[in-house]
Amino acid sequence: MSSRIAQKFDELRQRDERALVAYLTAGDPTPSRSVSLVLALERAGADIIELGVPFSDPIADGPVIQRAAERALKAGATVAGILEMARRIRQHSQIPLLLFTYLNPVLRYGFERLAAEAREAGIDGCLLTDLSVEEAGDYVQRMRAHDLDTVFLAAPTSTPRRLELVARYSTGFVYLVSRTGVTGEQDQVSGSVTSMVAALRNHTSKPIAVGFGVSRRQHVETLRAEAEGVVVGSAIVRLIEQYGASPDLEQRLETFVRELKQGTRAPELAAR
Amino acid sequence: MSSATAVPATSQPDASGHFGPYGGRFVPEVLMAPLEELEIAYRDAQQDPAFHAELDDLLRHYAGRETPLYFAKRLSHELGGARIYLKREDLLHTGAHKINNCLGQVLLARRMGKHRIIAETGAGQHGVATATVCALFGMDCTVYMGAEDMRRQEINVFRMRMLGAKVVGVANGSQTLKDAINEAMRDWVTNVTDTHYLLGSALGAHPYPLMVRDFHACMGKEARAQILEREGRLPDAVFACVGGGSNAIGIFHPFVPDANVRLVGVEAGGRGKATGDHAARFSGGAPGVLHGAFSYLLQDDDGQVSLTHSVSAGLDYALIGPEHAWLHDQGRASYVNIGDEEALQAAVRLSRTEGIIPALETAHGVAEAIRQAPLHPGEIFLVNLSGRGDKDIGIYRENLKELDAGL
Ligand SMILES: Cc1ncc(COP(=O)(O)O)c(C=O)c1O
Repeated sequence: MSSRIAQKFDELRQRDERALVAYLTAGDPTPSRSVSLVLALERAGADIIELGVPFSDPIADGPVIQRAAERALKAGATVAGILEMARRIRQHSQIPLLLFTYLNPVLRYGFERLAAEAREAGIDGCLLTDLSVEEAGDYVQRMRAHDLDTVFLAAPTSTPRRLELVARYSTGFVYLVSRTGVTGEQDQVSGSVTSMVAALRNHTSKPIAVGFGVSRRQHVETLRAEAEGVVVGSAIVRLIEQYGASPDLEQRLETFVRELKQGTRAPELAAR
Repeated sequence: MSSATAVPATSQPDASGHFGPYGGRFVPEVLMAPLEELEIAYRDAQQDPAFHAELDDLLRHYAGRETPLYFAKRLSHELGGARIYLKREDLLHTGAHKINNCLGQVLLARRMGKHRIIAETGAGQHGVATATVCALFGMDCTVYMGAEDMRRQEINVFRMRMLGAKVVGVANGSQTLKDAINEAMRDWVTNVTDTHYLLGSALGAHPYPLMVRDFHACMGKEARAQILEREGRLPDAVFACVGGGSNAIGIFHPFVPDANVRLVGVEAGGRGKATGDHAARFSGGAPGVLHGAFSYLLQDDDGQVSLTHSVSAGLDYALIGPEHAWLHDQGRASYVNIGDEEALQAAVRLSRTEGIIPALETAHGVAEAIRQAPLHPGEIFLVNLSGRGDKDIGIYRENLKELDAGL
């Protein structure tokens, strides 16, 4: 059976669109608001949602997502609470949901328990930033047993041997980190994306989504020529930080994300 | 000792850096290939006599090895039990064992063509040792340090700056060692192509725990030979404080196959058993992953890393080095903890009986030896005197007000 994530990429390919993958830290500013924010992202055209599970020591994240994790933890976010969020999202939406986090919260929860409960809650897959493919045997097996996708990261430093491993263990799509560094907005898309995508395609025909530093419509338009998807995180999380207390946050997010989504469409079909 | 201690068949990790189930390589993909490269460079250097010759020369003529093994006669006599020997790492250049590892890693960095060095520091001893070797080799040096640690170890902050290093304060979280490592790792994932992360304890992703241990094993090798020469036999017990675990694993390592030698690691008991009040990973922690390694970790039920406390910045950390976790589970080493107050008292006692003011970290190991000595007459104790107390004079003053009052 093809996963919601795979189906989404198929659908988009037929429309000559790219996937807009939107990240937010679950529980920021509060658990119930996160449900409403995910629905707003979907209305604006986001194709896949990464639900960030906050961790106390997020070494791969820049200041914006670090602060979001702090806020979410303060507001009481836990793995169990985030699965409950997913159940509530599923009452309204079939958008693909990918858990995005660090290993330790999941290790503590237990791979088997997470896989079983996540599947039941309507989660489609998982990405663990600090779990290398070498250490992922048990995790991958348990996720597979519950029909959950496992997305791994490919990086600019990855050797051909590593790209092959990352591609092999990834299902749904492969996440290409566009530059060395932590998450955060950048002025420009890294100039080496083209060659990195080409190197990765030597090892896989799976969809590739490019992330880290993607924050504007123009970035998305540039990447349209390169990959099947783009991931936007910090720019969304920064809006949530700035307007978290305001009733028009959903409206602002929708406006911003609708504009990004235009960049994923064929130029003749995209609204200016 | 007659107690049946298991002797691990080998104290080498497996090919992917696991000591039993512990250790491994848990980092973002960006760092995986660079860690593979580091491992190859390290193994290559290990095979290269020229590398060893240069390192040995620096350890001897620059750092001051070998360090003395000193019989603490008055302390032993006062305690009326075991005979206590001190391995005097406090006499090394920069005042602590940390420079052994820094010299090794800086040579490795140069071999790999990396000219920028980053490091974390808690007590500031590793930061000072890193700044020192960078000055020596003309390398660019940035040290991350928690803002709270910068306050409590301010003399070391100035030393680093005088040596030409950039010290970056980290105001996140508990503003201690864990937060400094987070920030150093963020720097590393960003600048990994030209930067070597000179990690200062037996922590982190493979090959760090192995490499740091090997660079510090000179302490154990020397001490083992020295005690054999002085006493004609091995010690009954070896004591060392354990933050990440570098001074402990360095002195333990050559004794691991000696089943009759008890290995005792001393963690920070802080001000009590409650979460957040201590850094005793073996009483309150559970296996988990932090900063690249799987080991005993102080964490809550949701897998969030707990805050820690110790009067000593160098022991104030939530994860213990992975080889210690393995020695613990094998029953080959035992781990106890000593609270702030007992460590402070041990520092005063060592100062007054032997004329040696230890580092606060070191004082934890000394305190446990003081506690056990009366119970083991006729035995020989070896204590790793990992560092001197100059950096801690401010904290000693804050905590020992009666001395300042001349009492
Ligand atoms: C003198 C001294 N001893 C011990 C330690 C603790 O570190 P480790 O457990 O790696 O030896 C430190 C750390 O700063 C130190 O400065």
